[in-house]
Amino acid sequence: MAFESVKETTESRIREVALGTGELKVGGENVLAFHLFEGEMPNRPLIAVEVYDYYPEEWSDAVKEPLADVLSDPVAWAKKAQDEWGADLIALRLKSTDPKGMDRSLEEAVETVKAVVDAVNIPVMIYGSEDVEKDGEVMKAVAAACEGKNVIIGPALEDNYKTIGAAAIGYNHTVAAKTPIDVNLAKQLNILLSNLGVDTEKILIDPTTGALGYGLEYTYSVMERLKIAALRQDDSMTQMPLIADVGTEVWKAKEAKTPASEEPLWGDEKKRGVIWEIVTATALLMAGADIVIMRHPDAIKAVRKVIDNMLS
Amino acid sequence: MALSGLDIFKLLPKTNCGECNLPTCLAFAMKLAGGQAKLEDCPYVSDEAKAALADAAAPPIRGITVGKGDKQFKIGEELVLFRHEKRFINPTAMGVRVSDAMTEDELKSAVEKAKSDSWERVGQRLEVKLLAVKCETGEAGKFTSCLETIKGMCDLAIMLMTDDAEIMKAAVDVVGDLNPLLYCATAENLDSMGALAKEKGLPLVIRGEGLSSLAEISEKAMAMDLKDLVLDPGTRKLKDTFEALTAIRRAALISKFKPFGFPTIALPCEETDDLFFEGASAAVYIAKYADIVVLSNPEAWMHYPLQVEIQNIYTDPQKPMAVDSKFYEIGTPGPDSPVLVTTNFSLTYFIVSGEIESSKVDSWLGIVDSEGQSVLTAWAAGKFVPETIAKFINTSGIAEKVNHRKLIIPGYVAQISGELDEELPEWEILIGPREASDIPVYLRNYVSAGS
Repeated sequence: MAFESVKETTESRIREVALGTGELKVGGENVLAFHLFEGEMPNRPLIAVEVYDYYPEEWSDAVKEPLADVLSDPVAWAKKAQDEWGADLIALRLKSTDPKGMDRSLEEAVETVKAVVDAVNIPVMIYGSEDVEKDGEVMKAVAAACEGKNVIIGPALEDNYKTIGAAAIGYNHTVAAKTPIDVNLAKQLNILLSNLGVDTEKILIDPTTGALGYGLEYTYSVMERLKIAALRQDDSMTQMPLIADVGTEVWKAKEAKTPASEEPLWGDEKKRGVIWEIVTATALLMAGADIVIMRHPDAIKAVRKVIDNMLS
Repeated sequence: MALSGLDIFKLLPKTNCGECNLPTCLAFAMKLAGGQAKLEDCPYVSDEAKAALADAAAPPIRGITVGKGDKQFKIGEELVLFRHEKRFINPTAMGVRVSDAMTEDELKSAVEKAKSDSWERVGQRLEVKLLAVKCETGEAGKFTSCLETIKGMCDLAIMLMTDDAEIMKAAVDVVGDLNPLLYCATAENLDSMGALAKEKGLPLVIRGEGLSSLAEISEKAMAMDLKDLVLDPGTRKLKDTFEALTAIRRAALISKFKPFGFPTIALPCEETDDLFFEGASAAVYIAKYADIVVLSNPEAWMHYPLQVEIQNIYTDPQKPMAVDSKFYEIGTPGPDSPVLVTTNFSLTYFIVSGEIESSKVDSWLGIVDSEGQSVLTAWAAGKFVPETIAKFINTSGIAEKVNHRKLIIPGYVAQISGELDEELPEWEILIGPREASDIPVYLRNYVSAGS
């Protein structure tokens, strides 16, 4: 007698969100991650490749080395991500605008954004420095400068969602809404944004990412719970695609950067860092991430292989 | 699935003899259902009733022990599909594949590495638990001499990998006393392999060619009265293995499908030659339902991250992980170094200590026992308040280690500084940043202001 698997089907779906101005879409699935035996994922989970707007001196050599030729040039970096690493989109981080750091001006930020957006033909998401006030100003300027490009701007937080949401509405962009690892807070910010007038099909959820060993389990479970609420309870305000912000969090972890000479029991640091990023990204894809933001080319390659294999 | 009192009553003798110290069989049945009596208290219960009751009390996925002594481990007994519902119970056991085709030096070096794959993290010991020894030569002599070498070197649990029951028998003669896991019985060799496992009382992996054939083999194995089974769906592609493991877990928990009520094994080592992809595949299987995962190599750079994933996934979602309450030396602090305090939630500790490290300012970091809560939660719950902080400082011995009396507290609890001042009159209370990411700037300013 042939074994019959338990199938859990649903009428509910994750919203399909169009990115950029081309064909690329994210979301649309009616199943938990890769459960293709009982439903469909009409759009692939996407890999967004990180590009920073300044030379990140403080990064460890393990991840600076493979990026050495582009680290000081965001445009070259973005093009390489698109042409050589197969990025689905670019995640441009305007970290240098942070008032507590380099405090670069709005004009400089806009210049970088325009240069990157014009240089690539894939969609771009633009994240500020997560300074509540400065991000509001920066995103207003960025939204205006990118009119007609449908970029993703963010992260919209509880304290600046009005400014960033309004900028997105004004220039017809998509918003990433970020809340601190909590299902209800994520829902609430989506409600606030949609009350403000942001189209629910132009919102992505960034539930905050804990890297492997640094709260991965919290992000993992919040993502699973958001997806279960979206698909099995038909909860409209959780039906936005999910972003996992992997690269930045992973490469902060000391286990990803400490050399083997200091921690011989941890083994080769270059490969260890790559695996740290692969495991974080893969676990969160399994929890339901629709976009993973990544950094190291080798990790990107392996995670793409996971997605290809799962969808084959 | 638990039986009701009435279900149990039907299985009892119904003589109301009273020898169980209860007046009637019905009363006894009710007590049994409530877990307040034991079946053995009834001297007349039938074997049939015993079997039915034991069956009803059994967990939906059987727990199985592999290995012997300090290094034995248990797998199975899982009750849920998602970790937020209830804690996953027995962590995935990681294995390393070695083979009798390796030279003696290669083998020894791999075993040594597997032995040293052991790390302490947040008070837990993370380690490789299994050596999967594969017979690739097809020669019993080679296989057994390889096992002799391993037996002389370590007490890690062993999985014996051969489809040939004769070779397996020879191997069991060498390491059978170590409670090895036998890999594996298939549709072709179940009779002989199953008989060997039964005779020696050893756990056995059964391998199907997909789920229907696996279910069939499992039913036959259960009919042979084999109890300690581990399931290998025989899939060798990430997508197929993930789907099979999910189907098995669901069948066991949702449909109570007995043939799949056993732990599972995944072998990414047999699925790919690309090490990064092998690691990624293992990451999938740890999250999605493999109880044993065997890798092709013992490299620490690959195992340590996966062990941390296991620790993360199997953490109790209701109970935050906590680190020990004491002063931690970040870098090599001396008498002039800054003194900071925070709570013992493991994430708080990791993030704060990481930021102090990246500031390159050697510091003393005091961790106050806040029952694993983060700063704001602990403050609200009365676990990170002036009294507890003062008590910690006064009993920690930090006053003898530093020649200053400046104490930095998290910015989120700035409001307690006045009261803490009163509790610690000798100390000057400084208010640190609210966010850990601002610690490096704060500490650098602290140092330059002091010098």
